[in-house]
Parts: sequence; structure tokens; C-alpha cells
Amino acid sequence: MKPANRVERVPPSGIRRFFELAEEQDDIISLGVGEPDFTAPWATREAAIASLEQGKTSYTANRGRRDLREAIGETVDQRYDLSYDPDEEVLVTAGASEAVDLAFRAFVDPGDTVAVAQPCYVSYVPGVQFAGGEVCPVPTRREDKFKLTREVLADAGADEAEMLVMCYPNNPTGATMTREELGEVAAFAREHDLTVVSDEIYAELSYEHEHTSIATLPGMRERTIVINGFSKAYAMTGLRLGYALAPAEATTAMNRVHQYTMLSAPTTAQYAALEGLASCDGVVDEMVTQYDRRRNLVLSRFEEMGIDCFRASGAFYAFPAAPWDDAEAFAEALIEEVNVAAVPGTAFGEGGNGHLRVSYATGMDDLKEALNRLEQFVDTHETNPKA
Amino acid sequence: MSQEDVLAVLRKSARNSPEDIARQLDMDTDEVEAVIEQLEDEGVIKGYQAILDRRKLDEEVVRAAVQLNVTLDRETGYEDIASRLAKFEMVDSLHLVSGDFDFLMEVEAGSMREVSQFISDKVAPVPEITQTITHYVMDSYKEQGILLGDGHDDDRLSISP
Repeated sequence: MKPANRVERVPPSGIRRFFELAEEQDDIISLGVGEPDFTAPWATREAAIASLEQGKTSYTANRGRRDLREAIGETVDQRYDLSYDPDEEVLVTAGASEAVDLAFRAFVDPGDTVAVAQPCYVSYVPGVQFAGGEVCPVPTRREDKFKLTREVLADAGADEAEMLVMCYPNNPTGATMTREELGEVAAFAREHDLTVVSDEIYAELSYEHEHTSIATLPGMRERTIVINGFSKAYAMTGLRLGYALAPAEATTAMNRVHQYTMLSAPTTAQYAALEGLASCDGVVDEMVTQYDRRRNLVLSRFEEMGIDCFRASGAFYAFPAAPWDDAEAFAEALIEEVNVAAVPGTAFGEGGNGHLRVSYATGMDDLKEALNRLEQFVDTHETNPKA
Repeated sequence: MSQEDVLAVLRKSARNSPEDIARQLDMDTDEVEAVIEQLEDEGVIKGYQAILDRRKLDEEVVRAAVQLNVTLDRETGYEDIASRLAKFEMVDSLHLVSGDFDFLMEVEAGSMREVSQFISDKVAPVPEITQTITHYVMDSYKEQGILLGDGHDDDRLSISP
């Protein structure tokens, strides 16, 4: 069978090769993991079990359970000053990834251009391509601390695009953006009539300032699809539960695709999420505190080792410059020689060249050990070995 | 504030070195050392101990939770009784509690006989103590916030987006 062209032209994920390398090693400490090392709060797991015991195994409404949508509406209002009507403007999805895909499939016509701020999560570009759109990469820069600016948008030609996809706090860089910094992006989007898909899955993990959603800026609510979910803050990755917040006409269009493909997000996960919103603020706060301490540890150790890294302020990633010009070769040698895995920035698109994504979603003891091994590796190798 | 943070990190793991605590909290090592010293001097930090899963040790240890009822008189208060009991090395912890009895005392010894002897020879004869009920610990599942047993493996993919 021959796969469709639009599938064939999308290459497999760039992290695949490193996954295979890492799997070959024993005693590996991975700093290459894009999900929390915590397990979902016990209360959420228990709520999921209880829902199963009560036989709650049928579909829910396409948009998700009404009580969950209501709880989401209240939570985003309290935390991010976002106001969305649970009946018409909230759509519960199978993970934030589905919500991203729905945004593309509902709003990208063949030939439309989608500007994608990079480096970025690996599924935005393929998602646009599957929807028939053209990608306009917008590489952010180290000197801007990987924030999106009017200048990089203009340089990349994003003014010609129909849509802009962005994610702050950012995977893979750990960059965040303040309200003020988002202002110029919002202005650019308004001037050039861009629809904005704002992936805010790491919103809870902003360590140096309050998270601001771009949708709260003037004139942005009507052109923004906000995406969030339970994977990161609630450590519920495998339960696959996310949501989209957008004006009614947008969620209606997305729900059109969702109802025919997913029907409804996993029911058990919806019960877990409901409990998470109801009772797990303290557990989430504690996880955020732990991430923040690890972040400080990682950044301090990098500085002591002489590894150049901007002060990552969100998610659970640091994005140092690789000590070698060839970041892929460095990452490979690091796995092979000291059993520490990190993902080269190239796997996350343009702007990631020469960098490494270092995830600190790893227990403190392992993290310290990995940093010791990294230090030993850096100490015993020349800056740029001959190939 | 920094005192609170240093304590939080130590309570997570007292094995964190001052350097690591400083890194985690974005403080100076000297500052961390000073805070710890102050906490120790003030008696806030009373000690540092390992948390054990005793099932994994060969040595047999017997632990018991003992409920104590007392009657007070003009000369004797809870403090007096407590200070008398707490000095015994076999007593691991001692709390004054609300409810059906007055003190909850945890003791630890090498055998049930030792514990029984301690209760009958040293505790029960205290004039103010009117009743003792000894509960031997049969198994333990969690100590100081740490789950005992084998926990679960990290089954995450070693690399994920």
C-alpha cells in the first residue's frame, strides 16, 4: 500500500534516532524526556478508578462533560484571567495535541501559510502539513532568549501568513514571555490579520513571572485559539486530556472535526481531570516548586561548568548551547560515553541549531548524577574534537 | 523566607549539601550555611536521620504504639509525666493527644519481651498513669511522608518530544 503523498513527505520525528541510541545503553539517565517524572496526583487517579467502578465508561458529550468544561472555565478565569463560556467556547480534547491538530484542520486550507515560532514542539509542522498548509518557520534567537519578537516575525515573512503558532512557556527552550513582550506579537497579529494558535500547555510552569495568555491582550480574544491541558501541570500525560478555548465559531468548527474523529475525549480521564481541578492545587504547587529548584540547580551547574545557557524561566527545560559546534555529535557522544541523554535542538526546528534540550523532569538524585557525568564529560573533552 | 526554603529543601532530603541547596534556591553557599547554623542553634533542626524500610534489614526490631491514660493532680502536670517518660531511650516519640487517651508513645526495642518489660516495669508503675494499652506494629507502609516498599519503576520513554 502506498501512503498518501502528504504523509510521505513528512519525515519521521528527529528524536527517533536519539531514542534508539538511548535505548541501547544500560544505566542511562535521560534528560531527554518531555513529560513529568511525577505521577498524576493520587486523588486524580482515585477519581478515575472510582469512575470505572461506577461504570462510567460511555462516551461523553462531544465537547466534554459539562461539569468539566465549567470547572475549566472557572480555573482559567481565576488563574489567567481568561473568560470562556463552558457551553460554547470550551472544547475538551484527547490531549493538547489533538486540540492543536483540530485548530489546523479547522482553520488551514490547502495553500494557506502557517507561521510557526521555532524551535518548537515536534508536531506543529507535520500538523500543518497534514492539513495541507505551508509552513513558514519563524526562528527565534538566542540573543532574544528565544522569545518571539516583531523583528523575527517580520524577517521570516510571517506577515504573509494566515496563522501563527506559538508556545510559551516553550518546549524545547524553557523561554517564557511577559505580557509586555507579548504585546508586540499581538500587535503584529492584529496588523496582519493572523489567527493565533497559542499552545499554553506549560502555563503553570512559569517561574519568574505570572503566565500571561496572549488571548487576554486587546483585540486578541477573537483571533486566538488557546490550548492547554492536564499533561504537564497535573502530570497526566498518558491520560490524554487537553482543551481548547476559543470564540464559539472556532470551537464549533473544531468540534465538527472532533465529533467525527474522536467523538469525545477519554471519559475516565475527564473524571480524573475534574478531580484535579477540584482538589489538587496544592499538589500542583508542590511540583512547580520542585521543578523550580531543579531549574536553579541545572542553571547553576551549567554556569559552573562554563556551559553557555540563557536563564530559562518556564516549562521543565533548559536550552544550553552545546559545547561543540556540532550539537548532534555532542549529544551522541554524551549518550555513548557517559550514559546521559539530551536531545539536540535541531530536532525542534530552526533556531535550535547548536543547542541541546535538557529536561529537568527527572528526580533530584538522578539529575545531580547526570550533571556530574556531564561535567566529567565536558572536563575530559576538547571543545571541538576533530571528527 | 530563605529560612523556610532551606528547611523545605532539607526536609525533602537532608543529604543535600549546602552547595546544592544554594544552587536550588539561587542563594550563596555561605548564606545557606549561616541559615542552617542558625536553625541548629535555635533548636529548630533537632537532628538528621535516615528513613529506613526495616523489612529490608535482617535485624528484628519491635515497635509498639502505646496509649497512656493519666490522672493529674495539683503537683503533677502533663509536662512532668512526659519529661519522665521521654527520657527513656526506648521511647521513640511521645505526643499528648486529644480523644480517648492522653499520651501516644512509640517505643522501639529488640523483642516483644523487652517492650513488655519496659511497659510493666517502667511505665505502668508511674503513679499518675492509670492505664496502658500496647499496640505492637505488625507492618509499616509509610514513614515520614515516604512510601515504603519497592515503589514503581520509571516507565517513561527515555526520549520523548
